[in-house]
Amino acid sequence: MKVLVCISQVPDTTTKVKFTDGFKKLDTTGIQWIINPWDELSLTRALELKDDPATGVKSVTVAHVGLSSAEPTIRKCLAIGADDGIRVNAEAADAFYTAAQLAEVVKNEQFDVILCGIESSDHNESAVGGMLAELLDCPSVSAVSGLTIAGGQATISREIDGGREIVTVPNPFVAIVQKGIAKEPRIAAMRGIMMARSKPIKVLEPVNVEVYTEVSGFELPKPGVACRFIDAEDPKQLISILQNEAKVI
Amino acid sequence: MSVLVFTENWDGKFKKSSFELVSYASQVAAMMNTTTTVLSLGKVEKSELDKLGGFGASRIINGVGDNLTVFDSQAFCRVISDIAVKEGATVVILSNNNSGKALAPRIAVRLKAGIGAGVSKLPISISPFVVYKRAFSGNAFAHLTIRTDIKIITLAQNSFELIEKNAEAIIEDMAIQLDGSMVKTQVKEVQKQSGKILLTDADIVVSGGRGMKSPDNWGPLVELADLLGAATACSRPVSDEGWRGHEEHTGQTGKIIAPNLYIAIGISGATQHLAGVSSSKYIVAINNDKSAPIFEAAQFGIVGDAVKILPKLVDAVKEIKS
Repeated sequence: MKVLVCISQVPDTTTKVKFTDGFKKLDTTGIQWIINPWDELSLTRALELKDDPATGVKSVTVAHVGLSSAEPTIRKCLAIGADDGIRVNAEAADAFYTAAQLAEVVKNEQFDVILCGIESSDHNESAVGGMLAELLDCPSVSAVSGLTIAGGQATISREIDGGREIVTVPNPFVAIVQKGIAKEPRIAAMRGIMMARSKPIKVLEPVNVEVYTEVSGFELPKPGVACRFIDAEDPKQLISILQNEAKVI
Repeated sequence: MSVLVFTENWDGKFKKSSFELVSYASQVAAMMNTTTTVLSLGKVEKSELDKLGGFGASRIINGVGDNLTVFDSQAFCRVISDIAVKEGATVVILSNNNSGKALAPRIAVRLKAGIGAGVSKLPISISPFVVYKRAFSGNAFAHLTIRTDIKIITLAQNSFELIEKNAEAIIEDMAIQLDGSMVKTQVKEVQKQSGKILLTDADIVVSGGRGMKSPDNWGPLVELADLLGAATACSRPVSDEGWRGHEEHTGQTGKIIAPNLYIAIGISGATQHLAGVSSSKYIVAINNDKSAPIFEAAQFGIVGDAVKILPKLVDAVKEIKS
């Protein structure tokens, strides 16, 4: 059984974002690039499943759509424990473009389980996983917070309003993963870092795909009003403000 | 040309977010000089469907049929896409909730449509079609141009005011032919907490962080939430420690919420936390460190020990409620 984890590279989540070119482009100066948090959790869970022989998971591959500058991020995934990497050599123009490239990867290599993070922390489109599944004409399960595999059959826990459902779908499928899938992201150990150097990263050229959307500009949130402090000895005053001034309780 | 909006139902009922969605859709339709058609799938009473007309829908397609009880993204996508084509919809709007996020990208592929997810305002322009959406997890907003003939939008929850109209919608029943073999998802078990106010639906949220010091100190926080009719939430360290369930984790990698009032108790307000709550209308912070970043996001604050202040807040709320 082969598992594919789709990886996006995003600015470190503590980044104070800035823009250049008249607010049209992200200012990448000084940005630390990391594995998108949900993708990192997906990878961790995939490796946990591979660690257990009863699951039948034989290999974990990571795929990324991006230029060669993203190789350190792919290498990091290999250091954490992925067996091999695939990079589609193109800038991820938008969600559909990215999904279409990943669909080609899957069609060429045949994976049984495909994991995608529920969104990337930069574009927040929540789209690549679902688009990929539709392009592959296979089932997708969204808001996945748990995944177990026994003898090649996956059991999936998905979040619904006010609870969760335990569901199954036939392979191959796309699981669109959120928090809860793994406890803590797995960290690369020294041995893993050494081994990653010799693991293969296959580079594929992109297929021709139409770009549907384009960011025409960014805005930063407007600074809020200064905080009004209330005496710690008089919390009643706070409640009165919330009731009578803000009128929210 | 028309606007089609998919309204999910919960055991045959709609929620405030459904009405927000229809209000939003009818405003978009007005910008485009067209009308709004609502699509509802599954069994919903007529009186419930009628409510949607009051928020600007001119037609409601009441899709009923077998095989619609299990939520299967692939099958639901097929049904909604087919109806969108038949209706000649140029804009399809869904909620940016769990099911909307599951369906919108699949529908986008089927309709060869570009998608704008998590929009929180009306489109900036119709031609070209530019939407205003969350980016960098709430640390910025993007103007996204959608170039395709058909556009898919998902609306962030609690981001749009209800706009009531004195109007009625025409309800059309439609038999949905969905072959059972299309539904690949099998539900083995449902685990539901009943009686709890949902975090993503709540108007008021009371949230605790590491400043609560111990999971044993949550009693007064839950009591405060109950008194205010609020949902409870927590910061990431709290859910990582297992003090509270991860479904309460609010922030960049947890739930993104936009209540009218967010009360942050013992939460310092790291960038990642603020990313999940910054769209709240009012933020109240209680923290012992006056320089904590949460006070930069908050309108009202108390500097002090969260555990000591909480019971006093509970008493103050009891007083006004009595």
